[in-house]
Amino acid sequence: MPVHVFIIASLIKSVIVLLVLLTGVAYSVWLERKVVGHIQNRWGPTRVGPFGLLQPLADGLKFIFKEDLTPPHVYRPLFLAAPMIALIFALTSISVIPFGNSITVSGYSIPLQITDVNIGLLMILGITSMGVYGVALAGWSSNNKYSLLGGLRASAQMVSYEIALGLSLVGVLIQSGSFSLRTIVDAQGGHFWGFIPRWNIFHGQLIGFFIYLMAAFAETNRVPFDLPEAESELVAGYHTEYSAMKFAAFFMAEYANMITVGCLATLLFFGGWHGPIGGPPWVQALLPVFWFVVKVVCFIFLYIWVRGTLPRLRYDQLMSFGWKFLLPLAIVNLIATAIAVVW
Amino acid sequence: MSLHLILFLVFGAICVAGAVNLLVQRHPINSALSLIAVMAALAGEYLLLGAEFVAAIQVIVYAGAIMVLFVFVIMLLNAGEEEETKGSRVASLFGVPGMLTGAVLMAWVVLRRSGTEPVSIGALPGHPTEIAHLLFHDFLLPFEVTSVLILIAIMGAVVLASKPEATERKAD
Repeated sequence: MPVHVFIIASLIKSVIVLLVLLTGVAYSVWLERKVVGHIQNRWGPTRVGPFGLLQPLADGLKFIFKEDLTPPHVYRPLFLAAPMIALIFALTSISVIPFGNSITVSGYSIPLQITDVNIGLLMILGITSMGVYGVALAGWSSNNKYSLLGGLRASAQMVSYEIALGLSLVGVLIQSGSFSLRTIVDAQGGHFWGFIPRWNIFHGQLIGFFIYLMAAFAETNRVPFDLPEAESELVAGYHTEYSAMKFAAFFMAEYANMITVGCLATLLFFGGWHGPIGGPPWVQALLPVFWFVVKVVCFIFLYIWVRGTLPRLRYDQLMSFGWKFLLPLAIVNLIATAIAVVW
Repeated sequence: MSLHLILFLVFGAICVAGAVNLLVQRHPINSALSLIAVMAALAGEYLLLGAEFVAAIQVIVYAGAIMVLFVFVIMLLNAGEEEETKGSRVASLFGVPGMLTGAVLMAWVVLRRSGTEPVSIGALPGHPTEIAHLLFHDFLLPFEVTSVLILIAIMGAVVLASKPEATERKAD
């Protein structure tokens, strides 16, 4: 592939993926308000457009036109940088996620992924581990005790659960023998006995998936692990002092992280874009992407469902759950997978 | 000038600028953030050498985990701005020339004396499989000894950090 084709294709892919991701972020918020509304026996947004579908647009406009307050007592450089750090790292991690096979456009085979690196999984872990700084610095630079407590809680929680998260992925890595997300997905094609898909979750990684799921909920600061922004004790946690687009940046980062976590779970445990395929050639080309999106949306629905169902944990429960239950379980899962593979 | 050389110079400049900023800044959190920039730029240099795995580990372990703990401790202790005393002025008077001499000496030794050849990209093993082979085959004993050493250090930290009164009271 010549260089200029590569650059043009990468640019087009980046723009499309970014637009889809940001739309996905906006509509996950809408879906969350709608689903939580129905769980709590009310309607959720209904006024703006049919089924309240234009609500994200209205919210976006409101965020842009709101007064952007910067309290006088904050440490200004970091106060301004923190939302940017959070959003940049949340959006960057999507760049190595593959969402389908390659398609052929005028003779060039273009992989459906912004960039295919052979250490894709490690890159995602690295980028998300840098995302902690956005939350921690927001809490510290706000110069407010609630924000500081929220930031401290967030960084302690994310560092603790990162270990269980990383270890839960090692089982998948041992089975597929590669860090490349594309190779991991390709290894999950086909079926057991003709009907059960050969996804990693049916291939001995059931426990690994549940460890990943729980650690991922904690990593993204979602219910029941949303102690960094526990409104009954900390006002709003690390983003108490933020308003307008700066607050929206944290909000978008949280939902973008949710989508990334859903993508990663789909790729590692649920066979990525594999699914029933048939019909004319253009349908066959697009169906993998469709299956991938469907699986990710299921994850986001699961997130919202859990938020509408479970109460928040206490802080000591959170820490002892992470260190005394998830971590040993992840180590046992890792050893069992290693023995099974060597056998 | 090739793209690799340009990127090498850019990352090198970020590294040096971050390291100097680390020393110049008065507030510990700014110093810690400069150190994160140094580590991230170092990861970029590793990538240029073709060592993707080391680069990723550099970001995950150093920039992502260890520096989070640094920032965490600074936040927890609410460490304020550094105070300037007579001693610190004397230290900078002797320290800066001393450090410059050391850096020049080290650069001279590396460039002139050690007979190191420039390494072309991808010439050294950087693939995870090769690194795993080195760690768990050729250097298995040093690797395991290091892990035992780290375990001892963790146990030492726990012993030093635990309050003796609290354990005695529990024993009664």
